Amino acid sequence: MRLENKVALISGGARGQGAAEARLFAREGARVVIGDILEEEGHQVEAEINELVGECLFVRLDVTSESDWVQAVAAAAGRFGKLDILVNNAGIFKLGSVEDTSEALWDEIMDINSKGVFLGTKAAIPEMRKAGGGSIINISSVAGLIGTAYSAAYGASKGAVRLLTKSTAIQYAREGIRANSIHPGVIDTPMTAPNLLADETSRQRSTARHPLGRLGQAEDVAYGALFLASDESSFMTGSELVIDGGLTAQ
Amino acid sequence: MRMENKVALISGGARGMGAAEARLFAREGAKVVVGDLREELGRQVEAEINETGGECLFVNLDVTSEESWQAAVMAAVARFGKLDVLVNNAGIYRTERVEDTTVELWDQIMEVNAKGVFLGAKSVIPEMRKAGGGSIINISSVAGLVGNTMSAAYTASKGAVRLFTKSTAIQYAGDGIRSNSIHPGTIETDMTAHLLSDPSYRGDRMERTPLGRLGQPEDVAYGALFLASDESSFMTGSELVIDGGRTAQ
Repeated sequence: MRLENKVALISGGARGQGAAEARLFAREGARVVIGDILEEEGHQVEAEINELVGECLFVRLDVTSESDWVQAVAAAAGRFGKLDILVNNAGIFKLGSVEDTSEALWDEIMDINSKGVFLGTKAAIPEMRKAGGGSIINISSVAGLIGTAYSAAYGASKGAVRLLTKSTAIQYAREGIRANSIHPGVIDTPMTAPNLLADETSRQRSTARHPLGRLGQAEDVAYGALFLASDESSFMTGSELVIDGGLTAQ
Repeated sequence: MRMENKVALISGGARGMGAAEARLFAREGAKVVVGDLREELGRQVEAEINETGGECLFVNLDVTSEESWQAAVMAAVARFGKLDVLVNNAGIYRTERVEDTTVELWDQIMEVNAKGVFLGAKSVIPEMRKAGGGSIINISSVAGLVGNTMSAAYTASKGAVRLFTKSTAIQYAGDGIRSNSIHPGTIETDMTAHLLSDPSYRGDRMERTPLGRLGQPEDVAYGALFLASDESSFMTGSELVIDGGRTAQ
């Protein structure tokens, strides 16, 4: 198994991509901590994994709170003895061009999508140092690579994640802590369901943007995260894994 | 197994990264065709894989010859029934700055590193279309992303591979044929062995690599495995940078 003896913490693990990552990591032998503010759904994923394949612990985690992160990392180390992998997966998506973005919306998106990643990274590094190394996987977006017509703050927040990842990679490489970003295209998840995939027209428009002719599934991103989490990618740090059906290659 | 029922053709598969890819793909269930100019080494890899439970065929392949590519693809299909994966791995490396690069050297590097990739992709597409899709993996380099002090034609050839990969991806996505590039940093292989035997060169390469080590052929092989398998089925036109953090700074 590709994640045997590894302990992983996944933010936003109660549903969507995070839940897919939790299930896949557990199948590959990892002990998994899922952190989320969605307690009911989080406990369901926890129960499912514990019944079927592996070992999972749900913790309540508001990614904008440093004390929440410190507690989540302590819970992971307390329950499973260490921490090897962090997936900074939690994020929100809101539409709004520059002029349509209120300061409050800007702050909300930057708080969750950017500061949340910073706080998670900062909280996980001491435990990874103790473990002799680790792998941090930050979920950015194609919106962290190119501009989009429909969003301003979201693109900015994901661009910040892209470069925070590289600085983390450079600063902690000598301690064996790797950091890489994933840049998904439009993935069919609960996050995109109310906006980019809200109706048949928007679903078709989103699908048409991907040369491979389909939307991404949560598992497409989970397999990329698995590769980056495992020792198979031990010579990769500061890299961008673009999983977008060809969207940004054109 | 992650490559069950897949047939893969790997250029430059007789040694270095290509041989590591051949061994790993075979372990993961693929039937592997190793193409190379180096017959003796190629036959050794073929024998080793066949003796350890895998299925492998060696074919003589000059990547600068369209006929040679067509013969290799035909041999793969004749033996294993189809072709799903191509790794355009063959390449050469020379260190010459712009002024020191003769036209002959330019032509030689571009022929092997760039035209070789083009001819490989062109030759496999019809068979991949028949198979209902496929995965083309082109080995570029960090030298296809950033400039360097030591080479001119090599970087140009690897930059060509980077963008050729994206055009292939866009043009054949509708046929289910994916195309992605890998950009290794300094890897300890037969291609780099003579350079890395110089302690100052070796020290410089280590120094530039934040993770503090040189890459091994297996580091690249695992990336190629990920791109070859269906685990990456939503990836095309992407760049997999495996460089120990060198280009992140």
